[in-house]
Amino acid sequence: MDRHGPLSDDGLVTLLDRHGERLADPDWEPYVEHLTAEDLRGFWRDMTMTRAFDMEATSLQRQGELGLWVPALGQEAAQIGSGRAIREPDYVFPSYREHGVAFTRGVDLPQILTLFRGLEHGSWDPAAHSFHLYTLVIGAHSLHATGYAMAMDRDGLVASGNPDADGAVVCYYGDGATSQGDVNEAHIFAAVNDAPIVFFVQNNQFAISEPTTRQAKVPLARRADGVGIPSVRVDGNDVLASYAVTQWALKHARSGAGPVLIEAFTYRMGAHTTSDDPTRYRTRADEEHWAQRDPIARLEAYLLKHGELSDEFRAEVEAEAKALGKRTREAVKSWERPPLLTMFDHVYAEPHQQVEAERAWFDRYQRSFTDEGAHA
Amino acid sequence: MTETQHRASGTTAPAPESTIKTMTMAGAINAGLRAAMERDPKVLLMGEDIGALGGVFRVTDGLHKDFGDARVMDTPLAESGIVGTAIGMSMRGYRPVVEIQFDGFIFPAFNQITTQLAKMHYRSHGRIEVPVVIRVPFAGGIGAVEHHSESIEALFAHTAGLRLVSPANPQDAYDMIQQSIFSPDPVLFLEPKARYWDKGDVDTAAVRTRLDGATATADLGRARIARTGSDVTLVAYGPTMRTAMQAAEVAASEGTSVEVVDLRSISPLDFTTVIRSAKRTGRVVVVHEAPTLHGVGAEIAARVSEEAFYHLHAPVLRVGGFHTPYPGAKFEHDYLPTLDRVLDAVDRVAKH
Repeated sequence: MDRHGPLSDDGLVTLLDRHGERLADPDWEPYVEHLTAEDLRGFWRDMTMTRAFDMEATSLQRQGELGLWVPALGQEAAQIGSGRAIREPDYVFPSYREHGVAFTRGVDLPQILTLFRGLEHGSWDPAAHSFHLYTLVIGAHSLHATGYAMAMDRDGLVASGNPDADGAVVCYYGDGATSQGDVNEAHIFAAVNDAPIVFFVQNNQFAISEPTTRQAKVPLARRADGVGIPSVRVDGNDVLASYAVTQWALKHARSGAGPVLIEAFTYRMGAHTTSDDPTRYRTRADEEHWAQRDPIARLEAYLLKHGELSDEFRAEVEAEAKALGKRTREAVKSWERPPLLTMFDHVYAEPHQQVEAERAWFDRYQRSFTDEGAHA
Repeated sequence: MTETQHRASGTTAPAPESTIKTMTMAGAINAGLRAAMERDPKVLLMGEDIGALGGVFRVTDGLHKDFGDARVMDTPLAESGIVGTAIGMSMRGYRPVVEIQFDGFIFPAFNQITTQLAKMHYRSHGRIEVPVVIRVPFAGGIGAVEHHSESIEALFAHTAGLRLVSPANPQDAYDMIQQSIFSPDPVLFLEPKARYWDKGDVDTAAVRTRLDGATATADLGRARIARTGSDVTLVAYGPTMRTAMQAAEVAASEGTSVEVVDLRSISPLDFTTVIRSAKRTGRVVVVHEAPTLHGVGAEIAARVSEEAFYHLHAPVLRVGGFHTPYPGAKFEHDYLPTLDRVLDAVDRVAKH
């Protein structure tokens, strides 16, 4: 492996190796030492539930119930670890693959699928979960996240004197997004304004088919050096380390010390989307190599080794995951398209003459069939 | 002070200071921004060189001095970043007014404006309002270099979710900038830069009671009959209003009565006013600086033909720029819709 390029594993913070062995790291220990066995079981449950939902969504797409699905397979540790470090009044801006983070924010997972079934472009109430809507234009949300963070600062939610009340923004994006102008502008705006924001880059090694070597010559974390943002590289398949670095980064941002960039080095075990075919651009051996580093298996090995994963608990979570799958299936299949005229709703906050006129015309047009019995 | 108190104290109320002042259009926008900032602490300005310098056209002159860094922010030189961060700030209840330095420099922000700003309210089912105002000095006529004279309206008018307005005189500039700021929708505020130094009387009081979101937005969407007439309807907005009014004056001296409609708003477009006038005169000419091909004038011509066909005595004509890049400044006097070209079109429809 290249020790210097964007795929190097140089300098990754790791607290749990791929065999589930706990590694001692005095720098990061303070950020995880309060975690109990129950917390770790909670992480395992979160990751298991996220994956079960993810697999279900893929099958629903294969059955024609969804137009598209974007699996997060393999990225559960990066998402659950970081997501569990977030608290009120933090605010999250996801890209479109953060199903695990959504879960930690209390979004009911099946709800994510309304977007992929073509019923709407948004879904959940962002304010209710402090979790913004998915953004499909790569990196565009990084600027919204930065502006939102700048506003949090103005609103006195940073360095207030009460660290427990302080907040920051966490913005998620991938390796491909780091090539976008918007993401680079977000870094600059955040840096010069000391905005309370954590840029959480999941380097899953592929932007659809293009390896990270098409995006960068150096590890992605080093993007931050040029704008003066402190950064850290973390083993993104290690839920503990992902939690630890996010705790640190959030503490930094909430204290008014400015932005932080985290590069979580992980691997997209599935396809980019259900329309993708990874066999065209990566090898079986590569996939096998990463299967050995499965984030859920790693934590599972650790818990088993320490007798912290009882058969009873496993059965409980498995049943819960199965129920989530069933509920997801039933929900998706039950969703009908909302009334046609709702497509004219909320284009503007105040009435717009042309939208109103088109809505009225289309209503009359539709009624002309039923009223005159043409389609009776 | 109540009337009773007046009597009790034996004083008379001081004569109210006149609320009518003479201002340039740039001065009127400046005064409007100031009034909005005084009215609501959530109003803030963002842009390149808008602080100590006061903007390259000095439209924000003095505001940084009076409101400070927190309210008047000099930003990094990145248009997408300016609009994108303004969106994020508006999501927390701020009302950012961003300045794009010149029309031709708005395109790095095109993605943020069309795919993000315009759609946020829609995709959030109305849960998220993004009341961002984007001020753009636009159109030509000032002898500028490349990319400093563009007419960008059609490119944005095609996107649902945005409002586009353009004032043509200091009074409208003063009123409309404030109404844009207090509208809950995103607004592109297109400032005809060649008219920045035109003077006019501005009543600073009238708009004060018309700044709640619903009233402000409804007012913004209304066209104005700038001059009544009976033979030909001349439709213009922003930068071409002065030429349109001159054309009406000359035509009157030649016996043709021209009604001038100042659209004020491009999206929404007040077709009610345009169609009513078209039905009255039966002849319509649209004037804008933007190329006529695929432009705002084409939309108006189509609507007039759909809704006033049997009232028309002549085809709807358009006078505007050509399907070329905006040429070098030495060509612009002829490229732009001149008084002669507008009168030529008025004559053609009048004689039809």
